[in-house]
Amino acid sequence: MQDANTTVLVQLRDVEKTYRTGEVEVQEVRGVRLAIERGEFVAIMGASGSGKSTLMNILGCLDKPTSGEYVLDGLGVAGLDRKRLAALRNRKLGFVFQSFNLLTRTTALENVELPMLYSVPIIPRRARRQRAIGALERVGLRERVGHYSNQLSGGQQQRVAIARALVNRPELLLADEPTGNLDTRTSIEIMGLFQELNESGLTIVMVTHEVDISAYCKRVVVMRDGIVISDNRNEVRRCAQTERAALDEVEHTARLA
Amino acid sequence: MLTILKLALLQSWETSFVALRALRRNKLRSGLTALGIIIGVASVVAMVAMGNGARVRIQSQVASLGQNLLTILAGASHSGGVSGGLGSASALTLGDAEAIRREVADVVAVSPEISTSAQAISNGRNWSTSIVGESPDYLVIREWKLASGSMFTERDVRAAAKVALIGSKTAHELFGPLDPVGQAVRIKNIPFAITGVLASKGAGMGGQNQDDRIIVPYTTAMKRITGDRYLRSINLQVVSSERMDAAQQQVTSLLRQRHRLAADREDDFNIFNQKEIADTVSEVTGVITLLLGAIASISLLVGGIGIMNIMLVSVTERTREIGIRIAVGAQPSAIKLQFLSNP
Ligand SMILES: Nc1ncnc2c1ncn2[C@@H]1O[C@H](COP(=O)(O)OP(=O)(O)OP(=O)(O)O)[C@@H](O)[C@H]1O
Ligand SMILES: [Mg+2]
Repeated sequence: MQDANTTVLVQLRDVEKTYRTGEVEVQEVRGVRLAIERGEFVAIMGASGSGKSTLMNILGCLDKPTSGEYVLDGLGVAGLDRKRLAALRNRKLGFVFQSFNLLTRTTALENVELPMLYSVPIIPRRARRQRAIGALERVGLRERVGHYSNQLSGGQQQRVAIARALVNRPELLLADEPTGNLDTRTSIEIMGLFQELNESGLTIVMVTHEVDISAYCKRVVVMRDGIVISDNRNEVRRCAQTERAALDEVEHTARLA
Repeated sequence: MLTILKLALLQSWETSFVALRALRRNKLRSGLTALGIIIGVASVVAMVAMGNGARVRIQSQVASLGQNLLTILAGASHSGGVSGGLGSASALTLGDAEAIRREVADVVAVSPEISTSAQAISNGRNWSTSIVGESPDYLVIREWKLASGSMFTERDVRAAAKVALIGSKTAHELFGPLDPVGQAVRIKNIPFAITGVLASKGAGMGGQNQDDRIIVPYTTAMKRITGDRYLRSINLQVVSSERMDAAQQQVTSLLRQRHRLAADREDDFNIFNQKEIADTVSEVTGVITLLLGAIASISLLVGGIGIMNIMLVSVTERTREIGIRIAVGAQPSAIKLQFLSNP
């Protein structure tokens, strides 16, 4: 498996997506070429309706392109059936959404265990539990393991969602506006977590509206009307960890005053 | 092969575990769903049981009439456009009964019947009951047993003897716990010797209490009690149930001949065929059972649709959850299984 283009994780070639509503066909993604290497941290930006989520759904194998080719980790996705796609999502992909999307009336731990319930081969209950606790520990929620979704703040819920996305050790983390519902401080915390994960080798693709947030990423792809109009490396990157430390400092002095 | 099986087993175990947990969380919904199914099924069972119960009860009442019984009632059901009421016309005579006994080979027992009601006095007590005149064959025809004592005989009939059988209800009213056999009962001021007590038979087809009666020889009833020359009815027993229809036809033509009815005249008597009644009754109760079952099935169906509705609501309610599960890589089959095992 470790062949020459092992560094390329995602390869999109002339990907198009056409939605058909009644008689009208609307092309929402129109010929996207994109290659993402392992260890990248990509922000996808663009106006509302420019096809970002549509592209994310294709990347996440939740939707198939109408035409074009998508190769994920050396595997052509077009030829896979629903079962194989499900297994692929389970093993190689992690999702984080704007609205957290935790199961209601379910504890943080059970939410994080969820992907492992569908894993093949089966993961024994005890191992599942341990891995889920480990993932929650990694996002800093060791103490909230038994809390139900509705007993957690937005930021905490998003971290549970991240733990859930990480628990099966995916190749690619897909996040559609993960900070869209969070305040600045919590956004910085989440971006810090993403940067940390990325440092340890996880590939991340993230949709965002905010230039501020895209500044934490290594690469910024801008879309308009279903095509990529610019694709640049970030020369100056923000570092969430130092910013947070600075924020803490400010709050600390404010409290003292 | 074995590992695949093991895998499938483990996965279904996981699913049922998840389903069980969800069941515990949706106690109310699960409870209501179960209740719907239970009530639906119970109503089907209860309705069918009720239908069957009614059928058994009615059939046993028909059977309690006797075996292979034909009853000839005097009077046409319609005479000259006016319904006279059964047994109201005075057409049947003892001669008819004799002729049937002589000429219709399939008839094995005959009992001419006269009935009236009167006060029976005995033991210082007084009870209004029906007095029925019959022949000794009557008990055979009706398959009626005696609780004690014995039936009166042909000789009693010929002599118009003052002997009587007493029904169990009448016996209870007049004698209480005492054994009435050998005691006397006065009817219209005539003392009758009680020779036997009838076994209890319960309510008859018309709902009347068959145990409240006194049976005397028909000759005695005609000569000493009513003074009538005509019979109310004639009870016949036919040799076998296969011969019932043939016997009915023979009796009909014999009586028409004896009553000198022209071909265009209606019968001036009416024959009840027990087999016909039994057949009709079982047919009717069968239809009723079917009807009850159908109604209950409809209610079960309605309940089922309700449950389907709940499941549909829960699926639409939980599209978000399904989406989440699909995103984390649940197999389509696993999702189907979850929603089927846990609405
Ligand atoms: N299932 C669908 N059927 C038909 N049209 C769709 C469907 N999903 C999305 N679209 C259309 O595709 C276009 C792009 O949608 P998409 O969700 O990708 O936009 P977006 O860039 O994510 O916008 P936003 O920033 O507001 O989330 C929209 O015009 C939308 O109406
Ligand atoms: Mg979107």
